Amino acid sequence: MKILVCISKVPDTTTKISFIDNDTKFNEDKVQFIVNPYDEWYALVRALEITEKQGGTVTIINVGPADNDQIIRKALAIGANDAVRIDGNSNESFYVATQIAEYAKTQGYNIVMTGKETIDYNGAEVGGMIAELMGVPYISHASTLDVEGGKATLKRSIEGGYETVEVTGTFVVSCQKGMAEARIPNMRGIMAARTKPLTVVAPVNAAQLTSVKTFTLPPAKAAVKMVSPDNMTELVNLLHTEAKVI
Amino acid sequence: MSVLIYADTINGKVKKSSLEAIHYGSKVASLLGTNAVALVVNSSDNLAELGKYGATKVLKITNDKLNSFDPQLLTAAIAQAANSAGAKVVVFAHDSTGKSLASRLSARSKAGLVSGATSLPNLDGGNFTVRKNVFSGKAYADVNILTDEKIISLMPNSFPVVATDATAEVADFSADLSGINSTLVVKEVNRASASGVAPLPEAELVVSAGRGMKGPENWGMIEDLAKVLGATTACSRPVADIGWRPHHEHVGQTGIAIRPNLYIAIGISGAIQHLAGVNQSKVIVVINKDPEAPFFKAADYGVVGDAFEVVPKLIEAFKTLKANN
Ligand SMILES: Cc1cc2nc3c(=O)[nH]c(=O)nc-3n(C[C@H](O)[C@H](O)[C@H](O)COP(=O)(O)OP(=O)(O)OC[C@H]3O[C@@H](n4cnc5c(N)ncnc54)[C@H](O)[C@@H]3O)c2cc1C
Ligand SMILES: Nc1ncnc2c1ncn2[C@@H]1O[C@H](COP(=O)(O)O)[C@@H](O)[C@H]1O
Repeated sequence: MKILVCISKVPDTTTKISFIDNDTKFNEDKVQFIVNPYDEWYALVRALEITEKQGGTVTIINVGPADNDQIIRKALAIGANDAVRIDGNSNESFYVATQIAEYAKTQGYNIVMTGKETIDYNGAEVGGMIAELMGVPYISHASTLDVEGGKATLKRSIEGGYETVEVTGTFVVSCQKGMAEARIPNMRGIMAARTKPLTVVAPVNAAQLTSVKTFTLPPAKAAVKMVSPDNMTELVNLLHTEAKVI
Repeated sequence: MSVLIYADTINGKVKKSSLEAIHYGSKVASLLGTNAVALVVNSSDNLAELGKYGATKVLKITNDKLNSFDPQLLTAAIAQAANSAGAKVVVFAHDSTGKSLASRLSARSKAGLVSGATSLPNLDGGNFTVRKNVFSGKAYADVNILTDEKIISLMPNSFPVVATDATAEVADFSADLSGINSTLVVKEVNRASASGVAPLPEAELVVSAGRGMKGPENWGMIEDLAKVLGATTACSRPVADIGWRPHHEHVGQTGIAIRPNLYIAIGISGAIQHLAGVNQSKVIVVINKDPEAPFFKAADYGVVGDAFEVVPKLIEAFKTLKANN
C-alpha cells in the first residue's frame, strides 16, 4: 500500500487576519503557521493507521517554497516515511493540483489523501482537481476509510446523512472529522523527522485560471443589544419585528 | 452562449440550494445578456417549473449510469451538456455534490473556478470578479476568473430565491458515458433527517449549545427550543468530542461552516475557531452566564444569564408568539 498525503501550510487558527500591498496579499508578519488541521489530524493519521496495520509507505507532499520545509518536518514528526516538496510559488488550486497529479501519476500510489479544505482559502477544490487530472474516482468529505483486499470502503458526508461507497484501484479522498484521532508528535518522532528524506522536485507548467484581485475585511459588527434574562418576550419580539428572522 | 446550472436532486426533487443556484445563474445570465439553462439528471419532477426561478430551458438527462452519485461520470455528462448549450458559465451549489463536481469540471475544462461564491460577478473593466469568504469568514476575496469559460459554486443560503410564474422549456439531452470506466460503487445512501428539519448546511434557523450545558442529559431543553422554532441543532467542538452530541452537529473551523438567518448560541464561549464556522449567520443571539464571554462581541443580541433559567423562558416566549400569529 502506497499512500500520498497532501498537506498545506495555513495560518494558525487564532491568527488575526490583515492584508498588505493594497489589500492584494495576506500579511504574514508575525503569523504562526501550522499544517492544515484536516490534512494533519485526519488524512495523515489515517494513512499512518492503515500502513501500520497492513504495511506500506506514507509520503507527504506539499507544493510551496522552501519556507514550507518547516511545516513539512512538523508533519514528518507525526509519522510518514518521507516527503516531497514541489518547489512552486503559487497556491492557486489548479496550479497545486496539476503539480500533485503530475507527480502522483509517475509513482503508482494506491491512495491520494487530502484534507476537506484549507482553512485559509477555503476552496475544497484541490482534491477533485487532482482526481480529474489523474482520471480516477474522488470521494469527498470522507469520515471513514477502510482498505481490505484491494477494495476500499468509505463513508462520505452528504447533507443530512452519509453515503457508503466502495472503490477499487487508485482514488483520491478528502478527509474530515471522524477519520482518525489527532496524534501529538513525541520526542522520537521529532528527532526522526530531522533526517527523513525530503525531496525537492521542480514544478511543471500550469495555466493560471484565476487571480485574487483584492481582499477585504468584513465591516465591524454593530454593538450587541443586551436583553434582560427576565424578559425573553422582548428578545422574541426583537427577533420577530426588528431582525425579522422568525 | 448560455449559463448552465447543474441542479442536484434528492429523490428526484431539486434541492433548495440548487434552486438558489438556478436563480443566481439566471441573474448571471442577464448580466451577460444571455439565457439560463438548468441541467437535471434522472428526475421525474415537473421540470418546466424551474422556469419560476429563472431558467428558460431545462436539459434533462435520463441515464441509469447516473442513478447513484459518481462525480467522475457526472462531470463528464455536465461537460457535454455545457458544450452543447454553449455555456460560458457553469454554476453549482457549494454543497456536498457541488464541491465534488465543480473542482473536477474546472480541471477537465481548464476553466477558472470560484468556490463558495457569495455575490454576483462584477464585470467592471472587462473583469469577471466574484466574491467569496476566505480565512473561515474572517475576510472576503474578490477573485477574477481569467479563462473564457467560468465555473462558480454558490454558497448555500447566500442568494435568496425569488419565484415568478414563468415556465421553462424542457428538452432531453443524452450524454455519452461509454468511454469512462469508474470503479466507484455507492452501497448505501443514508439521510437520517427524516424528522423534517433541514440539514445543518441548509438550515435557516439553528440552535446550538456548548460545554455550558454541563452534560448530555441537559440537552432536552435545547431540543425543545429547536422544535418550537423548527430549527436544526448544532454544538461546539468539545461537546461533540466528549460524545455529548453526534459529530455531525459540530460547527466551527474544523466542523461545518453554516450561514443561517438565526444562530442561537447557548453556553458557548465563542472561541475564534467556533466563530469561524458561524460568523456568516445573519443574526446571532448569545446566551451566556459570563458577561465577559468573547461571543458577545460577535453577537447581535445578548442575554447574560443562566441557560437553565433563560432557555425555558425563551421556549415559552416563542410558543406565545406562535400562538398569536
Ligand atoms: C485548531 C483548533 C480548531 C478548533 N475548531 C473548533 C471548531 O470547529 N468548533 C468549536 O466549537 N471549537 C473549536 N475549537 C475549540 C475552541 O477553541 C474552544 O475550545 C471551544 O469552542 C469551546 O467550546 P465551548 O464554548 O462549548 O466551551 P467553553 O469554552 O468551556 O465555554 C463554555 C461557556 O459556557 C458558559 N456557561 C457555563 N455555564 C453556563 C450556564 N449555566 N448558562 C449559560 N452559560 C454557561 C461559560 O461562561 C462559557 O463561556 C478548536 C480549537 C483548535 C485549537
Ligand atoms: N500547496 C499545497 N500543497 C499540498 N497540498 C495542498 C496544497 N494546497 C491544498 N492542498 C491539499 O488540498 C486540500 C484542499 O485544499 P483547498 O482546495 O485549497 O481547500 C488541502 O486540505 C490539502 O490536503
